[in-house]
Amino acid sequence: MYKILKNDGNMELALVTGIDSNSEGLARAREKGIATSHHGIEAILEDSEIKIVFDATSAKAHKLNAPVLREQGKVAVDMTPAAIGPFVVPTVNLHDHLEAMNVNLISCGGQATTPLVHAVNRIVQVHYAEVIATAASLSIGPGTRQNVDEFVRTTANAVQQIGGASIARAIPVFNPAEPPINMTNSVYAVIKEEFDEAAVIESVQSIAAEISSYVPGYRLKGAPFVDYRETPWGRLPTVVIMNEVIGAGDFFPTYAGNLDIMTASAYRVGDVYAGHYLSAKEVTR
Amino acid sequence: MKIPRLTDTTLRDGDHAVSHSYTPEQVRAIVKDLDEAGVPVIEVSHGSGLNGSTIQQGFSIHSEYDLIKVAVETAKQAKIASLFVPGIGTSKELREAAELGISVLRIAVHCTEADVTEQYFRLAKELGLETVGFLMMSHTQPASVLAEQAKLMESYGADCVYVVDSAGALVQSGVRERVSALKEALSIQVGFHAHNNLGLAIGNTITALEAGADQIDGTLRGLGAGAGNAPTEVLVAVLNKMNIETGINLAILMDAAEEKIAPLMQSPIVIDRGNLSSGYAGVYNSFLLHVKHAAEKFGVGVSEIMQELGKRQAVAGQEDWILDVAVELAEKKGIKV
Repeated sequence: MYKILKNDGNMELALVTGIDSNSEGLARAREKGIATSHHGIEAILEDSEIKIVFDATSAKAHKLNAPVLREQGKVAVDMTPAAIGPFVVPTVNLHDHLEAMNVNLISCGGQATTPLVHAVNRIVQVHYAEVIATAASLSIGPGTRQNVDEFVRTTANAVQQIGGASIARAIPVFNPAEPPINMTNSVYAVIKEEFDEAAVIESVQSIAAEISSYVPGYRLKGAPFVDYRETPWGRLPTVVIMNEVIGAGDFFPTYAGNLDIMTASAYRVGDVYAGHYLSAKEVTR
Repeated sequence: MKIPRLTDTTLRDGDHAVSHSYTPEQVRAIVKDLDEAGVPVIEVSHGSGLNGSTIQQGFSIHSEYDLIKVAVETAKQAKIASLFVPGIGTSKELREAAELGISVLRIAVHCTEADVTEQYFRLAKELGLETVGFLMMSHTQPASVLAEQAKLMESYGADCVYVVDSAGALVQSGVRERVSALKEALSIQVGFHAHNNLGLAIGNTITALEAGADQIDGTLRGLGAGAGNAPTEVLVAVLNKMNIETGINLAILMDAAEEKIAPLMQSPIVIDRGNLSSGYAGVYNSFLLHVKHAAEKFGVGVSEIMQELGKRQAVAGQEDWILDVAVELAEKKGIKV
């Protein structure tokens, strides 16, 4: 919500809807003069003007919402782990899915790390990628806590599909330090063949710069480097990439970069879609 | 004093100390001795729990499923246990280990994050496993917080919850407070797992027993992450002297420690600068070998990395922060990375 209001983009915020009329989110939307409802998806379906819906419910709820939204011709940007539509990461494959009616944003760790794996993989095949996504305990909600399996599976799948790694692992870590830590991510990319180190580093740095254009708090911690590690495939060069995401502080505290990268990526996807529809309209006129 | 149940975790915690290199033959020989000696529970898995074979934690040379299988086949009386860390392992690996015949699952999380264990306790119970909750890095939280977290695990179906001194940072008063608080709050059993960074692994374990602990851990010759654990054979000797009849055969354990474990050690585990600074800073013990690797690569000191990791309050599973700290320290010193 804050990102749509703050940015002068292609979208107009028509409605914020939830299921709890007393929720803080809805109260904040009302304060900003935005139309709200506590009738969940019903309120969205009543408004034929709404073309893009951001669904931040749960995987279970999204499975029910997705077919209904599709029927009404509304595009769903799925921020849950339901993964009904294709995974999208703005810097990697958003333009491949401009006509999709449902796209999935993977997970916070997925948005942060899959483009880094992709950046290595576009220079040299990544044989094995392992991503460690660390977030402050306070920023991890009950949904994730009750289903760690889902995060692991979805993120590892995306590291393969979007990142391009032949084999992938994803491991979440929750750290309760006080004061809360910023979101940090590490990527290990094991390479089996000879490669141009400088080209890999440059590729990673350039994608990080691209990401920071829509997630301003996204940065690399130091330059990526190569470390030799004992692996099941022998002693191999491993590209190590460390990253930090500081949130914009719109709604969540700045340490919750994991939440911010999801909303910022969702905003980016929505904005590109809206731009795409607007230009298509002009052409038909 | 009541007779505690002893779990030997040479083949799990000790896995860190041998850089995840156990072979099926070694597991067979060690389980055979522990089983014959009458040790009631033997833990076998990657040091970081099921599915821990990763870059972050260190790759295993042999599949842990092969090792678990051999252990299950070999043990006549002992129950085989595995460690499970949510996020490193998933339901899939939990099911597979259960199918291989483990009897006990020990579910480990940082001691403030008990609520991520619910789905795994429920699944383990469904699969008929005995369950133990492992509150790692217990030195970081006061007794009252640990008791709350332990109660969550009890509500999910834990049969026992351990105070785990992952960093070997607790002294005896701290052990007593924590174990007593859990005993008071829970109706299930309470355990204690020690590390020896401050030379207190045996002493702390005895203190835990005095405070009412029902289950304790040891490893042969103390073979475990970092400064290692309470040596199982020493623990049994001490319990004998205290007239606590464990029924465990000390002679077999002494022989196994001397003849089977000592030869596996790259060097004897002593409380050297790395281990002491790790315990003193409250850093997770399995970080040690990774810290040494990073210190060498970036030309910085082991102790200074430990100190900074302690300051940043790193938790189990954050080996990647070691690299981050080492790079930052190197940059500060003007060493080109």
